Amino acid sequence: MTAVGATVKEPGSSVKNKTGSWRTFKPVLDKDKCIDCENCFLFCPEGCITKENEIDYDYCKGCGICAEECPVKAIKMERG
Amino acid sequence: MKVITANRAIAEAVKLSKPKVVPVYPITPQTTISEYLATFVANGDLPAEYIRVESEHSAISAAVGASGTGVRVFTATSSQGLALMHEILFAAAGLRNPIVMGNANRALSAPLSIWNDQQDSISQRDTGWMQFFAESAQEALDLVLQAYKISENENVLLPSMVCVDGYYLTHTVEPVDIPTQEEVDEFLPPYRPKHAYLDPKDPMSLGTFTDPNYYMEARYDMEVAMEGAKNIIRTVNKEFEEKFGRKYDLVENYMCDDAEIILVAMGSICGTIKAVIDNMRKEGHKIGLLRVIAFRPFPKEDIYSTVKNADRIAVLDKNISFGIGGVLFNEIKAKMDVDARGFILGLGGRDVSNDDIRNIIKITKESTESDKINWIGLKEEEV
Amino acid sequence: MEIPEQEFLAAGHRGCAGCGATIGARLALKMLGENTVAVSATGCLEVITTPYPETSWKVPWIHVAFENSAAVASGVERALKSQGKDDVNVVVFAGDGGTADIGLQSLSGAMERGHRIIYICYDNEAYMNTGVQRSGATPYGASTTTSPHGKESFGEDKPKKNIPMIMAAHGVPYVATASISYPEDFMKKVKKAAEMEGPAYIHLHQPCTTGWGYDPSKTIEMGRLAVDTGAWILYEIVDGEFKVTYRPLQRKPVNEYLNAQKRFKHLADEEKEKIQNYVNQVCAELKI
Ligand SMILES: Cc1ncc(C[n+]2csc(CCOP(=O)(O)OP(=O)(O)O)c2C)c(N)n1
Ligand code: SF4
Ligand code: SF4
Ligand code: SF4
Ligand SMILES: [Mg+2]
Repeated sequence: MTAVGATVKEPGSSVKNKTGSWRTFKPVLDKDKCIDCENCFLFCPEGCITKENEIDYDYCKGCGICAEECPVKAIKMERG
Repeated sequence: MKVITANRAIAEAVKLSKPKVVPVYPITPQTTISEYLATFVANGDLPAEYIRVESEHSAISAAVGASGTGVRVFTATSSQGLALMHEILFAAAGLRNPIVMGNANRALSAPLSIWNDQQDSISQRDTGWMQFFAESAQEALDLVLQAYKISENENVLLPSMVCVDGYYLTHTVEPVDIPTQEEVDEFLPPYRPKHAYLDPKDPMSLGTFTDPNYYMEARYDMEVAMEGAKNIIRTVNKEFEEKFGRKYDLVENYMCDDAEIILVAMGSICGTIKAVIDNMRKEGHKIGLLRVIAFRPFPKEDIYSTVKNADRIAVLDKNISFGIGGVLFNEIKAKMDVDARGFILGLGGRDVSNDDIRNIIKITKESTESDKINWIGLKEEEV
Repeated sequence: MEIPEQEFLAAGHRGCAGCGATIGARLALKMLGENTVAVSATGCLEVITTPYPETSWKVPWIHVAFENSAAVASGVERALKSQGKDDVNVVVFAGDGGTADIGLQSLSGAMERGHRIIYICYDNEAYMNTGVQRSGATPYGASTTTSPHGKESFGEDKPKKNIPMIMAAHGVPYVATASISYPEDFMKKVKKAAEMEGPAYIHLHQPCTTGWGYDPSKTIEMGRLAVDTGAWILYEIVDGEFKVTYRPLQRKPVNEYLNAQKRFKHLADEEKEKIQNYVNQVCAELKI
C-alpha cells in the first residue's frame, strides 16, 4: 500500500539502496599517508567517508573525487 | 443576525474557524474576502499569518506549505486565479492537505468577463478537491465551517472549495446568522494531522517521487477518500444541524417527490428556480428542483433516488464543455438512466429570468432531442 | 571551522557518481542542523533523494512543484511561526531552472515579503533532471540539448542571468555566491544566512559531471577552475555591503576551464576570447 499522500516517515531510508554496486573503481585509503585534511569527508557526494577516514563501500559509487582531492595522494582508485 | 454579502459571510466563517495561515491574492469578485481577512488580522480579530503573496499560484503554494506543517489554512480566489492555481490544486489534493478555499464563481477569459458563471470551479473537477456550491450567504458561511470538518476528517483528507456565484452572492446582502465562537469551537475541533506534518522532532518527507509501482495506489486512495467523503459529509451535516439548526445534505430536494419535471442546478440560480416553481405549483404544474450542493464528491445516488420517478429532468449548466455540453448534464447522463435535457445558461453573467426558467420547463416537456445542447438566453440576432 | 560529522542527507540516493548537487546539500545541512525544514523544487536533487518509499532526507522535507519552492517555503515559515517554532531554519534547494527561470516570480515575492528563509540555488547551469536543456543560468557558449552547437550556432548565445544581483536589488539582507569547491567559504555563508533576521539567498555554483561533460572525479576541480579563472566569483552582500570573499592569487586563463568540459569543446577561439574578455571586464571591476 502507498502511504497517504506518499509520505515517507522513515528519515534517511535511502540507505536501503546500496549504491556500492554501481562502482567499477574502488577508493583505497592509506591511513598512514593521511594528514586529516577532511577533504575526502567533505567532498564525497555520498557522504560515505567518515572523519575517521572510514569508507563505507556499501554506498561508495567509485566517483574518484576523494582520490582526486586528497592533497597527499593517500587514496588510490583500484579496480574491483 | 447581520445583513451581509456572501464574501463577508465567508470571511466571518474563516474568522470563526481560526486558520493559522491565510495566503490570499485579490481578484474580482473575490476581492472583498481578501480585504475583510486582512482587516480582521490587522485588528487582531483573527490571530493568523496573512501572507500577501504575489499571485494565486503562490497563494495556493504557500497554503500547501503551511498545511504541510499541520496547521489549518484558508485561501480564496476566482476564475483566472483558480485557473492559475490549477497545477497546485492537484498537489494540494495529492499531498492530502485539508485546505479550505472560497471560490467566487466567475467566467474565464477570453473574452474577458468579470461576471458570473461556474466554468472556473467546474474546470477543476478532476483535481481531487471537494466542491460545495452555496445558494445563499448563510450557506456560504455554514459550508465553510462544515468544509473544514469534512476535509480534516482522517478518512477524507482532501481539500474543499466553497463556491459562491460572483456578484449574485458575493456582492448582494442578505440576513445571515453568525454563530458564536463558543458554538463553532464545540463543532470544529483543532486540526491535528497524523498522516503528514513538517516537524524537526519527527522528520518525514512530503511530496516524494513515485515510480509506476506506487503512483496508482496513491490515486486509488484518493478515489476511496472522495467516495467515502459522502457519508462523512452526511454525518457532519447532521452534527451541524443539531448544533446550529440548519439542515444540509449533499443535495436539496425541493418539491421533487411528486414532480413530473425536475430541474437540476447548482448555486444562486436555485433561488430563481424555486420562485418559479412556487408560482407554477399554484398553477397546477408538478415541478421540482434538485439542487446539487456537493458537486464533488458527486452524489449520484442522491440525485438518482430523487429524480428517478420524474418523467423528465432538465439539467442547467453555467459551464460548457465544447462539443458535448454542460458538465453536470453529461455526468448525470453518464451515471444514471434518466430522460434528461441539457441547458447552457448564464455564461459570463447573462441574466436568467423567470421566463427563461419557464421556457426551460417547456422545452424539457416538448423536446424529443435528448442530445441537443440547448442554449438559453442567447441573442439569436447576434450569433 | 569545526565541521559537524553528522549527515542529514543519507547515502543511497540516486545521484550520478560524482554529483555536485548532493555535495552542496550535504554541506549546507551540516551547518543548519536538525532543527531545519527543507523545501525542494522539482529537479535533480529532489528526484534523486526521494524515490518513494525511500528518502535521503533526515530533516523534514517537502516538494510541491518546480516553480513554487519559495512560495511553499513562505507558507512553511509562517506556519511554523504561528506555532511558535520561530527557531526552525527553513531552507530551499532549487536548481538554476527553478530559480532563474520558472521560479523567479515566486522567489521575488518571497524575498520582497522578507520571510526568514534561506534560499539556496544549486546552479549546475542547465535543466539537468530533464536532460541538459539550457536555462537562464546557462553560460555563454555552452552547448545544451536546446542550445546545441551546429553549423548556425555556437551554443547558448546569451550570457548567464545574474540572479544574485537581482536578489540584491530586492534589498535581501544576505546575498552570497558560493561554490561547492570552496566548502568552508560556502558553509560560513550558510551559517551567516541562518543567523539573519530576514531572508537570505545563496547562489551555489555546482559542477555537474553529466551535463557539463567531464570525468566524475573532476567535480571539485571543475568548480575550482571556475573560481580560479574568474568565471565564477565568490562574494557576499550583507545589508547592501558588497565584499569579495575569495580572490585567486593568480587568475588562470578561462580556457583552462572551458577546455576541460565537453559543453564548451566546440567553441572557436574567437568565442573563447569573447568569454575571456567578458571575464576580464567583470574581474577588473572587482579587482580580481
Ligand atoms: C511546470 C513544469 N514545467 C516543466 C517541468 C519539467 N522539469 C522538471 S525538472 C526540470 C528542470 C530542472 O532544472 P533545474 O531547476 O536547473 O534543476 P536540475 O535538474 O538542473 O537540478 C524541468 C524542465 C516541471 N516539472 N514542471
Ligand atoms: S569514490 Fe566517490 S563515492 Fe566513493 S568514497 Fe570516494 S568520493 Fe565517495
Ligand atoms: S583527503 Fe587524504 S589526507 Fe585528507 S583526510 Fe582524506 S585521506 Fe586524509
Ligand atoms: S545530472 Fe548532474 S546534477 Fe543531476 S544527479 Fe547527475 S550529476 Fe547530479
Ligand atoms: Mg540545473
